[in-house]
Amino acid sequence: MNDAAPAAMRSPPGPPQVPALAVRHLSVAYHEQPVLWDVSWESPSSGLAAIVGPNGAGKSTLLKAVLGLVPRLSGEVRVFGRPIAEARRRVGYLPQRASVDWDFPATALQVAAMGRYPRVGWFRPLPRAERERARAALAEVGMADFADRQIGQLSGGQQQRVFLARALALEADLYLMDEPFAGVDAATERAIVEVLQRLAAEGRMVIAVHHDLATAPQYFGHVLLLNVRAIAAGPMATTFTPENLARTYGGRLSLLEQAVAAARAGGARVAGPAGP
Amino acid sequence: MTEFLQLDLAPLLAATLACLVCGLIGNLLLLTRQSLLGDAISHAVLPGIVVGFWISGTRAAPPLVAGAMAAAIVAALLIALVRRLTRLEPGAVMGLVFSGMFALGIVLIEVTGAHAVDLDVDCVLYGQLEALIWPAAQGAGSLLDPAALAEFPAEVKTLAVVLALTVALLALLWKELRLAAFDPDFARSIGFAPRPLSLLVLVLVSVACVAAFWAVGSILVIAALVAPAAIARALTDSYARQFALSAAAAAVMGAGGYWVAALAPEALGLGHGLNAAGMMAVVAGVMLAGAVVFGPFGPVRPGGQRRRRAAAAPVPRLPAAAG
Amino acid sequence: MTGALLDALLFAGGYNATVVALGCAAFGLAAGSLGCFVLLRGRALIADAAAHATLPGVAGAFILAALAGWDARSLPLLLAGGAISAGAAVLAVGALTRGGRIRDDAAMALVLSIGFGLGVVLVSVVQSLPVGGQAGLKSFILGQAAGMSAFDARLIGGLAVLSLLLVALLFRPLAALCFDRDFAASVGLPVRALDLALLGLMLAVTVAGLRAVGLILVVGLMVIPAVTARLVTERLGVMVALAGVLGAAAAWLGAGLSAAAPNLPTGATIVLVACAMFVLALVVAPRRGVLAFAWRQLRLSLVVARDHALRAAFEAAERQPAAGAIGWPDLGRGAGWSAWQRAVLPRWLRWAGLVAERPEGGVALTPAGLAMARELTRRHRLWEHYMQSAGGLPPEAAHRAADQVEHTLPPEVAMEAEAWLRRHDPARLPPAGGLIRPGEPETERGPR
Repeated sequence: MNDAAPAAMRSPPGPPQVPALAVRHLSVAYHEQPVLWDVSWESPSSGLAAIVGPNGAGKSTLLKAVLGLVPRLSGEVRVFGRPIAEARRRVGYLPQRASVDWDFPATALQVAAMGRYPRVGWFRPLPRAERERARAALAEVGMADFADRQIGQLSGGQQQRVFLARALALEADLYLMDEPFAGVDAATERAIVEVLQRLAAEGRMVIAVHHDLATAPQYFGHVLLLNVRAIAAGPMATTFTPENLARTYGGRLSLLEQAVAAARAGGARVAGPAGP
Repeated sequence: MTEFLQLDLAPLLAATLACLVCGLIGNLLLLTRQSLLGDAISHAVLPGIVVGFWISGTRAAPPLVAGAMAAAIVAALLIALVRRLTRLEPGAVMGLVFSGMFALGIVLIEVTGAHAVDLDVDCVLYGQLEALIWPAAQGAGSLLDPAALAEFPAEVKTLAVVLALTVALLALLWKELRLAAFDPDFARSIGFAPRPLSLLVLVLVSVACVAAFWAVGSILVIAALVAPAAIARALTDSYARQFALSAAAAAVMGAGGYWVAALAPEALGLGHGLNAAGMMAVVAGVMLAGAVVFGPFGPVRPGGQRRRRAAAAPVPRLPAAAG
Repeated sequence: MTGALLDALLFAGGYNATVVALGCAAFGLAAGSLGCFVLLRGRALIADAAAHATLPGVAGAFILAALAGWDARSLPLLLAGGAISAGAAVLAVGALTRGGRIRDDAAMALVLSIGFGLGVVLVSVVQSLPVGGQAGLKSFILGQAAGMSAFDARLIGGLAVLSLLLVALLFRPLAALCFDRDFAASVGLPVRALDLALLGLMLAVTVAGLRAVGLILVVGLMVIPAVTARLVTERLGVMVALAGVLGAAAAWLGAGLSAAAPNLPTGATIVLVACAMFVLALVVAPRRGVLAFAWRQLRLSLVVARDHALRAAFEAAERQPAAGAIGWPDLGRGAGWSAWQRAVLPRWLRWAGLVAERPEGGVALTPAGLAMARELTRRHRLWEHYMQSAGGLPPEAAHRAADQVEHTLPPEVAMEAEAWLRRHDPARLPPAGGLIRPGEPETERGPR
């Protein structure tokens, strides 16, 4: 996201002002317990956005609800202005690394090639050309030499790169990434950031669940602060303020987190929205 | 030769085909950590098989498969209901449902009088390979004689059809099944719905349990489902080789088990053969022990570092200024 | 058949039958109560694998005895063989999972089926031996109480009673182990030894049940009574006692049934009796049963409708204190009652003394109803304000959200929300006792 003129390698997806992702009044509950409550948010049409919030705030659930992986109580999801079912080909998902069994007998190339499946369709074996596209995606994340390695033999960072390669192979316009930086080494983190910035420069939208408050303003231009409800959203510079963060992390109905927030504020008042 | 064709060919084929069907499908269970589902289904389909047999009065496949499928669905629903109401771990609930249904099947065998015809408790426990005979065989020429082949035991033909179907489905859905087994969430996100596929696996397991029922009974079928896949898993890390090796292990298990139990004692002049279904499980056990100990990932391997998972989510670091 | 069943159940079938029935019942008692710990420690499936793997031990002991010229039908000998091979099976599960490539679910399925297969082969060896009693081996697979001798029954009963005593002795440490193994270790309990003891008891009870219930279904008599008791009670002591009683009753009834109808394998009959008890409990259990669940749903919907009505009445009175009475139709409409609620709720509200009919028509809140309505309204507004202030919801959404949560969240959460508002946004805090009191002229109106 460095150059003022984003290289016009490809035409920007959709009409210029259509948000890549828009959710309206989205609510999700597990066992009668609300996980997301009445969340409304419109992302930019391209760029990098972080979803930030404490544990259990519903960040991963938001991505899953957008993709239809968990049932929605209510609400509406639009991807480039269309329902998700019509826009699936333009969306790429990067699940949490811990969500799969890495002892599964598969090679890095086979996993990356799963990103080409939508182009191949049901019942057909993978053509050679598609396999080469997957190999190219592995090369983009610096994993070309590990293509035929069993995924269980890779380090955590390498596994994350394989997942990223699979997402890249989808050639999507909107990427939803669930903690792409979780448990990776510093070199991998830099490599992933470079890939994300290239995606943004190509006019795509990347929305990532992010845990590290220190690096969030460095990596992302846009932020959604989430804690069951959408607390605040907008450009990083104006939204990522101590007040909003305190509301995101401190305003929860949990004695424990109250205590933590109070201790962090050093006994000083945590700013409330309408305090005198 | 004629004696081999009359008495041994059909059981040998049935054993091999049954193990191949189960062994191939077992890979899908093992790779998704659902081996116990095979255990549960093999027990739970018994009342369905008995009722299907009782109503139709024949050993023809369709009514038995229908009964078994109904029983498998009932078992799955019961497991879900009891889990929701008791909030107990799935293993205990499975144990409850499948022992209850197995007991029901055993009692039904006695109550319906099915045992008087063809289906008895021994068949459930040990299989009934020795019942598969081909009396029409008169020397090697019978193998090409349509009239004699028409008399060939129907159970074996059914198994051959089921195996062909299984292989065709595995080939047709090769990449889809791998995707759904490895990462069902991602599969759904790109429009490859994994739920019909896992339902298909359930149906395949039920069909395999019925098809293999006459050959190995309803308990030893678990060995045929799980052992070939486990043997292959101990030998390879490649998805394609996993299926190839499990098929090889299944063939050795079926044919070798029958040979050791029935043909070897005869050749040695011992007169009394051993139970073939049990021997297949024993052969599988020997292969498994060999694969685990001497395989490339055996005790000599330095490993032990393959359980690294992402660390717990980091504690959020709040900027210092907060007030 | 009925006569024979009664005889068997009432100990009128002769000395032998009585002893057998008692032996089975003792086993059921031990299996049910130990089953609770097996279940809570997550060992049900390994118990199943171990039970199936007793067959090679039993058959092997038979062959050994026949070759050595001992009495191959001696129950202690066969049970000892079964215990040894079951123990080996437990070790085999551990060995298979050690490499990390074969998971424990696959390992248990493998040990169960391969162990059983080995047993089946050995049974077929037994059938070729030139000694008597081979047919008896089959009773170890599916259970056959009918042919049991008084000595066998006493042996089984003795094993069961011994296991029961040990369970009673180890009750507290086992309970701690099952509740939280790490905590038990941290307070200095020898958790490894306790796990081993539980395993040993499990094997002892399994082996004791072989002759009566059979190795395929013996785990059913450990799991089913325990799950049934779990449905009925939340307390471990009650659960263990109840599971024991249920297990004993199932074993006694089932053994009686199969004695009356000798074709029925005893194990299957006993397990089906236990299943019948489970289904009964599933329907009528006081808290977790299907009926209780349906009743709770019904009650919750009634309570929500009642609360909405009370609040509607309070708010109506708040707006127009002079009007006094309000008609049932208005009240129901304001609270969004459904058709059946319109039929039930007026009676309930009157019966509970929350509203009273006015002579001039319509109804009004009684003092008790007023107090309750005031509290409900206050709580609702608390939530509304909390959601506007802390959640940043617009008033309309806050009202809807408050409707959703106010009935299900416990009071201490409401107190938290109040504390939060007091600290961060005191202007929005609803006055504690100071909500206006409609129809009470001496009270001042709040600033609204």
